Amino acid sequence: MALQTAGNSEQMSEWQGSLDELKGLVSERAITGETMLLNMGPHHPSTHGVLRLLLELDGEEVVSCLPDVGYLHTGIEKTIESKSYEKGVTLTDRIDYLSPMSNNMAYCMAVEKLVGLEVPKRAQIMRVICMELTRINSHLVWLGTHAIDMGAMSVLLYAFRERERVLQMFEMLSGQRLMGSYIRPGGVWRDFPEAFLPALESFLEYFPPRIDEYERLLTNNPLWIDRTQGVGVIEPEKALAWGMTGPSLRGSGVAWDLRKSMPYSSYDEFDFNVPVGEHGDVYDRFYIRILELRESVKILKQAIQKLPAKGPFRSEDRKFVPPPRSELGQSMEAVIHHFKLWTEGFSAPDQEVYSAIESPRGEVGVYIHGTGGNKPRRVHFKTPSFMHISAMPLMSQGHLIADLVAIIGSVDIVLGDCDR
Amino acid sequence: MSVPTAIDPVEAVKKAFPQAVEDVVEYGGETTLVLNPDYVPAVAKYLRDTPGLIYNFLSDISAVDYYPDYNRPGRFGVSYHLLSMLYKRRLRLKVYLPEDEPVVETVTGVWPGANWPEREVMDMMGVDFKGHPDKRRILMPEDWQGHPHRRDYPLGYEMPMFSFNVDEIIKHKPRAKE
Amino acid sequence: MGISSKLGNLGVVTTTLDQAINWGRTGAMWPLLFGLACCAIEYMATQASSYDLSRFGMELNRATPRQSDLLIVSGRLTRKMAPVVRQLYDQMADPKWVIAMGDCASCGGVYNNYAVVQGCDEIIPVDVYVAGCPPRPEQLLHGIMTLHEKIKGESIRDWAVRETLKI
Repeated sequence: MALQTAGNSEQMSEWQGSLDELKGLVSERAITGETMLLNMGPHHPSTHGVLRLLLELDGEEVVSCLPDVGYLHTGIEKTIESKSYEKGVTLTDRIDYLSPMSNNMAYCMAVEKLVGLEVPKRAQIMRVICMELTRINSHLVWLGTHAIDMGAMSVLLYAFRERERVLQMFEMLSGQRLMGSYIRPGGVWRDFPEAFLPALESFLEYFPPRIDEYERLLTNNPLWIDRTQGVGVIEPEKALAWGMTGPSLRGSGVAWDLRKSMPYSSYDEFDFNVPVGEHGDVYDRFYIRILELRESVKILKQAIQKLPAKGPFRSEDRKFVPPPRSELGQSMEAVIHHFKLWTEGFSAPDQEVYSAIESPRGEVGVYIHGTGGNKPRRVHFKTPSFMHISAMPLMSQGHLIADLVAIIGSVDIVLGDCDR
Repeated sequence: MSVPTAIDPVEAVKKAFPQAVEDVVEYGGETTLVLNPDYVPAVAKYLRDTPGLIYNFLSDISAVDYYPDYNRPGRFGVSYHLLSMLYKRRLRLKVYLPEDEPVVETVTGVWPGANWPEREVMDMMGVDFKGHPDKRRILMPEDWQGHPHRRDYPLGYEMPMFSFNVDEIIKHKPRAKE
Repeated sequence: MGISSKLGNLGVVTTTLDQAINWGRTGAMWPLLFGLACCAIEYMATQASSYDLSRFGMELNRATPRQSDLLIVSGRLTRKMAPVVRQLYDQMADPKWVIAMGDCASCGGVYNNYAVVQGCDEIIPVDVYVAGCPPRPEQLLHGIMTLHEKIKGESIRDWAVRETLKI
């Protein structure tokens, strides 16, 4: 009965759309009916959120792939325009919810550049610790979900076991597991609590053997190699032209890491390597991230050594950074600064700046245009997932649908990061 | 292989395109080249291919709306953030576009990756890119009215519920049915 | 020949039909494998080791709405996504329940703007709201247990009356 209704010619004539809008996006064969158009998502278990792909299939083979994003467009950029600079930090966490601290950092660096604020040495090292922990956190979620997409269930359980310890450290710092908003313009929110550094040290002892464990499960696993090697290849020239960054670009053999090439926040003082792949396939992108986990551990160990025992954890410039609570009882000036900052916020000139950092996914850039007042005129986030999804048609051409799942996982997309 | 020495992008563009550069702004250690909108793809191609410049990577395209009282040549500003991986430096190209006809030529021919960032600017700011291969909306639903990132587009604020106004709000708030 | 001699020493449990059905419904609820945003990451953490949602018989996530009982709206629900979520809800077979996980799904949260639906109860009926941005796994577990309490209070007679009278 239901089938008859669906095939009813009256109902068919009510259909308003036309195939014309698909011309140029899919091949002519799809319009004549030789190939099949298939909708994948936005509710699909392996699209890592709410990505929708329109696939043109020749049997099981992907002829073309049209990503459709925006199902998580939250209006964060517009909302930050209605908030003062300091309040905007909380929203930046929620853009890329796997690496909140990186977004905090990119935004705060842009604000600091806009108003010309210096960050003390100690705060810079503290920020490095936060960002590298975030990288570990993000790569662990990526590893677990990527593996479970390909059928390796236990990796997820292992990765989340370690991730809990990172989240506990974030909770120590900021009181929140995920959305810390710990990095603020001028430094960080507060000093490291006493228990933090011992917890970090014990984590750094505990973690490297666990990476070996993941490698034992995956790196030489013949099933894993069969599913990943030679799949989703992208050449370095194409990757650059399509704006790919981060591990996905390095997988193609381009040694470009902003931490190394254009250092910020004292990264130039650290000794670490930038792992580079050679084939640009799913396996190389996977292995680079595993190596990056090890490099992050290396950076964290150095950061503990380099962290000055004493010193301010945020700028002392009272025009931009609130005074410590203890001063409020004694100094009238401190009360005025405190009141002014938490009611009005600070002003920034009518100028524009762009600053970028290397997040776990790639280059996160923040473009801020001030108004001269206490609210920005425009904040724009350049996010790596957005560019990576735009390059997905290149990577998926000629592969099977099952490989498409591997490709989506390997570029490590976060839809919140893409749609903002 | 010897790398040609880096040359100043501002001087080079001024020399190659005398009419293109309208202004140069230095702020926060960043250089902004304000261009005539007609020259954008040509200057972009020149910056990408000239030895000594090699701005091979397009980081970002973003647009800003100077509504309501702007003391600038146009209501909209479109910024292109270029990156030279060889010389490790950045450059911003900027064009100002008028309110009644915000059109600039696309740079997808220079960097194919400009496709989606330009689509986003088209969708969110209503700036048209001439010659762009795919002009569908990207972030908002297809049937959406208006361009949300314009300054005259309302944020869409809904009153938060408190005990004094909860009755009033619930009267208007849509509720789902089974 | 009493019933006890047939069953041996197993014993007999007497219960009401309501209790038996509700026990079955709460013991193994299959949630829809569906994540929207940040809260979905915490939902994954709840599923994974150290919080272990399978203690509640919920380790089995179904990817299709046809086989699932529970929709956890985890994250901000945007206007572009809203029709999709409503369709997922409509596809689920009765009895079905909805948990709005996190502030954004409950009331819009920090995003009071043009793109976000101000609470997913505008489009689908919600049984339990879980606060937090994002809620900790313990909070989600509490939400699930609250839902269990709610289900245990339901009666099949109410359902029958509702179905016959179409109200």
